[in-house]
Amino acid sequence: MFDFITFLPRAVVQGIPLLLGSTGETITEKSGNLNLGIPGIMYVGAISGVIGSFFYEASFASPKDIDPLLGILIPVACCLLGSLLMGLLYCFLTVTLRANQNVTGLALTTFGVGFGNFFGGSLIKLSGSELPSIILSATSNAFRRSLPIADKLGWFGKIFLSYGFLAYLAVIIALTVAWILNHTRVGLHLRAVGEGPNTADAAGIDVGRYKYTATCIGSMIAGLGGLYYVMDYASGVWTNNAFGDRGWLAIALVIFTVWRPNIGVLASFLFGGLYILHMYIPSGMNLAVKELYKMLPYVVTIIVLIITSMRNKRENQPPASLGLAYFREER
Amino acid sequence: MNKTRTPLFHVSKRGALPWYRTWAIRGTALLLALVLCGIITSIVTGQDPLAVYAAIWSGSFGTKRKIWVLLQNISMLLCVSLAVTPAFRMRCWNLGGEGQALIGALTSAACMILLAGKLPNWAVILCMIVSSLLAGALWAGIPAFFKARWNTNETLFTLMMNYVATQLVAYYCVVWESPKGSGQIGIINPNTQIGWFPQIGSQKYLLNILIVAVVCVLMYVYLNYSKHGYEIAVVGESERTARYVGIKVDRVIIRTMLLSGAVCGLAGLLLVGGTNHTLTPTIIDGRGFTAVMVSWLAKFNPIWMILTSFLLVFLGRGAGEIATKFGLNQSFGDILTGVILFCIIGSEFFINYQIKLTRRGKEQ
Repeated sequence: MFDFITFLPRAVVQGIPLLLGSTGETITEKSGNLNLGIPGIMYVGAISGVIGSFFYEASFASPKDIDPLLGILIPVACCLLGSLLMGLLYCFLTVTLRANQNVTGLALTTFGVGFGNFFGGSLIKLSGSELPSIILSATSNAFRRSLPIADKLGWFGKIFLSYGFLAYLAVIIALTVAWILNHTRVGLHLRAVGEGPNTADAAGIDVGRYKYTATCIGSMIAGLGGLYYVMDYASGVWTNNAFGDRGWLAIALVIFTVWRPNIGVLASFLFGGLYILHMYIPSGMNLAVKELYKMLPYVVTIIVLIITSMRNKRENQPPASLGLAYFREER
Repeated sequence: MNKTRTPLFHVSKRGALPWYRTWAIRGTALLLALVLCGIITSIVTGQDPLAVYAAIWSGSFGTKRKIWVLLQNISMLLCVSLAVTPAFRMRCWNLGGEGQALIGALTSAACMILLAGKLPNWAVILCMIVSSLLAGALWAGIPAFFKARWNTNETLFTLMMNYVATQLVAYYCVVWESPKGSGQIGIINPNTQIGWFPQIGSQKYLLNILIVAVVCVLMYVYLNYSKHGYEIAVVGESERTARYVGIKVDRVIIRTMLLSGAVCGLAGLLLVGGTNHTLTPTIIDGRGFTAVMVSWLAKFNPIWMILTSFLLVFLGRGAGEIATKFGLNQSFGDILTGVILFCIIGSEFFINYQIKLTRRGKEQ
């Protein structure tokens, strides 16, 4: 029997990093920047948080003495700062210097993944542990603290209330972003910048500033996704390369949700479910089939991409200027 | 008083610069990048920067074997870069080089495993060549078809195809695992050497290098002196113009992507048949992505690509050597590569644009 009550919460925790990553990328893409550096940014966000909390925990005799509030605030602040710097770098290169976005994004991913693994490796060396990982259980406990009533409510509590605060924050961020994009003037301007920077510029919108702001905020949100992965999903254990290809999955999710973060909430749980489905499918001795199941999120994304382009509905298309640098004097 | 805010400087597009000036700008950027890398490494390791540069140099040219490995890596990277270039010239962002090469590698490994002993060696190799080129072409052809027919975004489509290919290879790695339970394929046909490409002399890598050199020249001629190459350039500059002069844009897109995929497949074939004789999901080693940068840095010119792929491989190996020598983690190389790329990417701005101080800028 397929055990939904254990499966669903696990799909959700798998989905949260994807949700944060894709919400961030959606804001970025709405401004016309196709930031393929998201996987790298999520790594940097994660490792920055780990570095922050590592030194915070190390400043106490026993990690159990840490103040839970500071234990949360320090990693979050470090994570936001790290991913903000990555976002600024991307913007400086693509908006100010008008470099090619694909190339910059891929370079950013190379850099970010290297950065994460390098400092992860250095910290492991510093901590002198036998295992190839850093364990920050005290900080992780602060992140994972869920409502105390969750345990008492049976399946309901398990499915809806058993998560750390970042998970709820992720959903709130996604819904807020969706609302801002579609119901406020700022959102309207942002979409205008992504659809037609020339027109937006003529209408008096500061294209450069919108691109910078959107990409930097997007990067910070995506960075939080990396932090959630380490602190909550992985129980504060950083291992090199453990984050894997989730960053690319987040980009896939943006397409899957046709650039709508509110759809992203459920879609990310679906992706999370697809990502771990192979652990729940009874495949007997045949391990190989599990590898095929891991293909599912990507195949589903491709199908959505094809269907949206075939139906050719105007509201489901990528932002028209996606991937193009804007130069005012170019006509 | 004039209340309008005048910017300090004015940025405008530059006309074409002579080639020596563009390369002077790139050279400066590279030098800056190297200085930055030296500083970063010195801070991290506490070593004298000169020792760092010596390590970078010896990483590529230290021993005879290292030089051959360098050449092999350059040729493989160059092969994938050449493959993605025709598509890029058409402004069709084929980010699926990784997947296309991987599928080529998969089919050639499949031929080696399944046909060994059933066909003579030359026939196996022939099957490998044909099937890997076709598979690569197919993998690029699918996104191309949808791009041509429904204008599906090819950047995202090809990107997703990479992971489908990776999982497919992971699947077959388990299916064909040997020994059982290891989850790896290991060296294919280690005793009979069926499907292994012949060696020229005692040099394992020479054949691959020569093949890629030939492909490089052919690609240069194809892009610059053939009708197809011209059509690609026109489609890239303006699809409307292309349609107006009677070029069938759909056909050009599909044809170019098929070519692009086939050459990627060739890279996979060379890796499996020529050197590695095995298959892993990471056999392409991110070259599909690095190729995008190689091709772009060389302004999509196959001959310059030799230089840019040398540069990236040289720096990558140098950074790896630093990591080993000073006891750092291998990922340090990625950080240095990233820094270098950022510098070069940034420098393109100064090639394409010029900055003039406005009157307000001059007064200050």
